Amino acid sequence: MSEQSYSGVYFLLSVIILYAIIGIFKTESLLPSLMFSFLIFKNVIPVLVLIFALMSAVNYYVSPESISKHIGKSSGYKKWVFAILGGIISTGPIYMWYPILKELKKQGVGYGFIATFIYNRAIKLPLLPIMLLYFSVKFIAVLTMVMIIASLIIGFIFEKIEDKL
Amino acid sequence: MDRKLKESIAKATKALGNSLPVLTGIVLLIGLINTIIPKTIYSTLFSNNVLLDPIIGSGLGSILTGNPITSYVLGGEILLQGVSLIAVTAFIVSWVTVGFIQLPAEATLLGKKFAIARNILSFIFSIIVAIATVFIINII
Repeated sequence: MSEQSYSGVYFLLSVIILYAIIGIFKTESLLPSLMFSFLIFKNVIPVLVLIFALMSAVNYYVSPESISKHIGKSSGYKKWVFAILGGIISTGPIYMWYPILKELKKQGVGYGFIATFIYNRAIKLPLLPIMLLYFSVKFIAVLTMVMIIASLIIGFIFEKIEDKL
Repeated sequence: MDRKLKESIAKATKALGNSLPVLTGIVLLIGLINTIIPKTIYSTLFSNNVLLDPIIGSGLGSILTGNPITSYVLGGEILLQGVSLIAVTAFIVSWVTVGFIQLPAEATLLGKKFAIARNILSFIFSIIVAIATVFIINII
């Protein structure tokens, strides 16, 4: 188990301890709290199953090597397109990508492309079902478009300040 | 079942499995907060101010970390409690784009100046993205 997942378990244990303390001093709050949480779980769990299937499919068809190969070889506007698409379809924790991005930097890829790639990792297609549980399609579509534009602006800013970094 | 498929499923299981304790904890915490903390706390923290709300949302999203699933559930639930969409948008955007926890790793591998500048820019842009998104939604 990774360090990050241990911190998740500690967090869960802290919440359980908090429940126990509140259960002693404010017993009447315990059942409504658990009921409210149960209702959220009831909505979220079926969506998690769908997310699991989507994540497995993305992992199957997309590998870090194939993304970095495309970014490394592309140029001009294509490079930006790959930075956006690569960021969107890439999976796994971000720290797993730092060594790959470092390697791309050595190959001559600029900070602008790296910044655009990292920003687009915020757009998670396999997580769309959970977003749809709470937000409208219009909101998700507009947010995605605005984030892609923001990623390009950030990329251009980094391209301009590349020499100072 | 071929090896690649097995690996893909294992990777997805690990990613979701790692996020489950935090997600469970957050959902239990939401239940507790919903019951014992008065709803007025949200109106105290978020005043429906177009500038202040996204700044607070981005601040919270930058400090907290974890799988984006958690941010969507948490953001969606506080939206249901009456927190403005602009604050929730800033919150979920900064959660995934600003990474103060990963900053040391990012600085070591990609350069200190780059990592700091990228996180500061991402913080500022989470506010801009939230304002722009809600503005566009309101006019279309």
